[in-house]
Amino acid sequence: MTLMLFSILYLTGLIFLIGCIVRFFMYARLPLHLRWELYPVPHEAPHRAAHGGSYFEDLDWWEKPKESSLIGEARVMVPEILFLKALWEHNRTLWFRSFPFHFGLYLLIGTALLVAASGLFGLFAPSLAAGGAGNALHIVCIVCGGAGAVLAISGAMGLLIRRLGDAKLKNYTTPGDIFNLLFFIAALGITLAGYLTQGADAPGMAGIAAAVLSFDTSVPVPVLLGIGLILLGLLCAYIPMTHMSHFIGKYFTYHSVRWSDEPNRRGGAIEKKLMEYLTYRPTWSAKHMKADGKKTWADVATTNPTDGE
Amino acid sequence: MNETIKLKDMSRKDDKPLVKLRNEELMPLPAPLDSPERDREFAPLSGQTREKYECGLDDTCALNIPKPASKEEEDELVLKFLAGLEKLFTRENNWTFLEPLVLSMEHCAKCQTCSDSCHIYEASGENELYRPNFRSEVMRRLYFKHVKHGGLVSAWQHGDITVNWPLVARLAELSYRCNLCRRCAQTCPIGADNGLVAHELRKLFSQEMGIAGKEIHDDGSMLQLKVGSSTGMNALVVKDNIEFIDEDVEDMTGIKVETPWDVEGADVLLIHNAGEIMAWPENPGAFALILQEAGIKWTLSSEVAGYDSINYGLWYDDAQFARVAIKHAEAAKKLGVKKIVLGECGHAHKALSVIADRVLTGELNIPRESSMTLLHDIVMNNRIKLDPSRNDFPVTLHDPCNLVRLMGVVEPQREIIRKICPRFREMTPHGVENYCCGGGSGFAIMSGNNFSDWRHHVSGRKKLEQILNAFEECLDPSLNKYVCAPCSNCKGQIRDILAYYEMWEKHHILYGGLVELIVNAMVDAKPGFIEWDWH
Repeated sequence: MTLMLFSILYLTGLIFLIGCIVRFFMYARLPLHLRWELYPVPHEAPHRAAHGGSYFEDLDWWEKPKESSLIGEARVMVPEILFLKALWEHNRTLWFRSFPFHFGLYLLIGTALLVAASGLFGLFAPSLAAGGAGNALHIVCIVCGGAGAVLAISGAMGLLIRRLGDAKLKNYTTPGDIFNLLFFIAALGITLAGYLTQGADAPGMAGIAAAVLSFDTSVPVPVLLGIGLILLGLLCAYIPMTHMSHFIGKYFTYHSVRWSDEPNRRGGAIEKKLMEYLTYRPTWSAKHMKADGKKTWADVATTNPTDGE
Repeated sequence: MNETIKLKDMSRKDDKPLVKLRNEELMPLPAPLDSPERDREFAPLSGQTREKYECGLDDTCALNIPKPASKEEEDELVLKFLAGLEKLFTRENNWTFLEPLVLSMEHCAKCQTCSDSCHIYEASGENELYRPNFRSEVMRRLYFKHVKHGGLVSAWQHGDITVNWPLVARLAELSYRCNLCRRCAQTCPIGADNGLVAHELRKLFSQEMGIAGKEIHDDGSMLQLKVGSSTGMNALVVKDNIEFIDEDVEDMTGIKVETPWDVEGADVLLIHNAGEIMAWPENPGAFALILQEAGIKWTLSSEVAGYDSINYGLWYDDAQFARVAIKHAEAAKKLGVKKIVLGECGHAHKALSVIADRVLTGELNIPRESSMTLLHDIVMNNRIKLDPSRNDFPVTLHDPCNLVRLMGVVEPQREIIRKICPRFREMTPHGVENYCCGGGSGFAIMSGNNFSDWRHHVSGRKKLEQILNAFEECLDPSLNKYVCAPCSNCKGQIRDILAYYEMWEKHHILYGGLVELIVNAMVDAKPGFIEWDWH
């Protein structure tokens, strides 16, 4: 059982990691698109960002240095990532379900990292881990993990109830959407139940973490907790294959699309990319396109479809 | 009451429209239009139109897609659609928007946050067909099934859809029930973009199947590429018209105006939406007067497309878009001007300043600027003398989406109005959170069949509500009121909704541009440049 559990945890962790990396690079390698920004763009100079303005508001803007404020971006990104600010502003009813779900997951991710740290602590400094520092870490893990699990499970249940009960969502809900939420509820619920029902002689999360990290399969893992951990591993492996990987997609929708306002300068990096794209050969077949698969985009864009008419 | 339609209804084989709009189900308007029975009736589509064209979506028909003569023809069209769908997701065919499109396909959480931000959905009385995500969800299911070639697991995860000719025809029409204002994208917690999806669908139909609104393709970008302007005016006609306009402005203001043409090395090449020259000649006239009196070294161009800033390709076709943008840049390059300044036309602003920024390379990458910025410099630095008391009437400002939310030019026009219009009041909401006028993405010039009824009743309804609310306390017809819309298409749409609901006759609400307000306040000009008369 333990061998199977550890193997699954390693394998699913690896799949999660590879899945995320593949998805990230899949988006990162897409060609630079035409500008499609949406204001407000928070990295604009503060006096403009306040009203959603852009550098286009300046006379002869191209002669002025472009101001870009990382602090301005952070002011939007941090509340958005941590507290789902856009949802708070535009869909308050959903926020009351989605925020606990997401914040609960953040707490659980934090707990997982702390548990891993406890495990390492136990492996490399057992005397310290058994002392006050280890105990403090243990308490933090219990509080964070407990709160995280309760928030995430209740949030997921709230989302599920909304999805099943709100007539407006019916058209757009697929069996996969229901399954995804149930998967979260089951994986987190069983893990929590497994933790709460483990015996006094069970190795505890830090002990299991140490065992996983050292691949010590002699550590007995309680069955229910083991099933919960297997489900969590499978859930992690599944996420990058679905729209639930929007933590990756969102980076691109914001930074590469909504906030992508870098002007194209003569001889600059953007122009170099454009010169490459203009050599692509489109095959659109409408008559006015005059694209036969041999002509490049540059040819198509400089062809007047009304010539000879 | 319409039954809530389902995604699968898009594939329904009968040609009965999926929805029927009724006045009593639309978003209520404020007083004095607060009674649905006083609202005008929606003109029905003619029997001939229904017989000849695909009208299976709703009460109107924007595209006049001929009904296929046989099942074979239907199948051929479906295959063509699917080929176009595939091309939309290839780098060679769609490097221009591939990344945002893929992101919008793969990461929507279907939370429907976007719905509440959409003026069309709200105005329609929350009709499911116009939910911004309805169209996107159809597209998303097509993407997973026919581009990613998903099987049963994919259908279970992403949902299934049946593609047939009725669905394709309805989807084409549905891509023209969105103003592309992207207000929905602004509120999406993930950053998915329904406006972009509608835009890309329009591209698929145009670039692969040759299906597009006649007004924006045949009578729009094609005509512009052929004669220089979608108005049909060639350079000689434009020059003639401008000469008349200069004379009129002299008569009205007492100041002699001479519009310069083809001045090499000028500081500014001003490009108007040529529709202004025909429909609102006081606008180019006012520009000429202001630039002349401010001492700007400027010119117009008589090159093909150099005197018409419109670029309808922005709404439906990347090739047409690039062709026109290049023509604009070539006109500027030929004259060797320092910069191009765009007149009061929102989509032309975004087209040439923002979107074409990654089309124009090398010597064609000539600086482009908004006229709002130049006018701001002139007004705020007192380069012309202005007397705000001449504009002592209620004024509100419409924010063109392309200029404001999609380009970030928010304050210059406001600062001007605050300075010269003592009774200025904002609409709610405004700035980057504004509502589209309802004429965006080509609708303002589309009026085939009964399409104008649809845009008056549905897409323009929210703007009408905003205008009425802005003037709530002064609707008395004895008091003239002015809606400033610094965009030609918005102005056309606002003209149409005001006329449709008789807002001039009953409440003396007039509309116009920004430069008209500036000239109206010019101390050196005779008073009364704004004519309080419906036009």
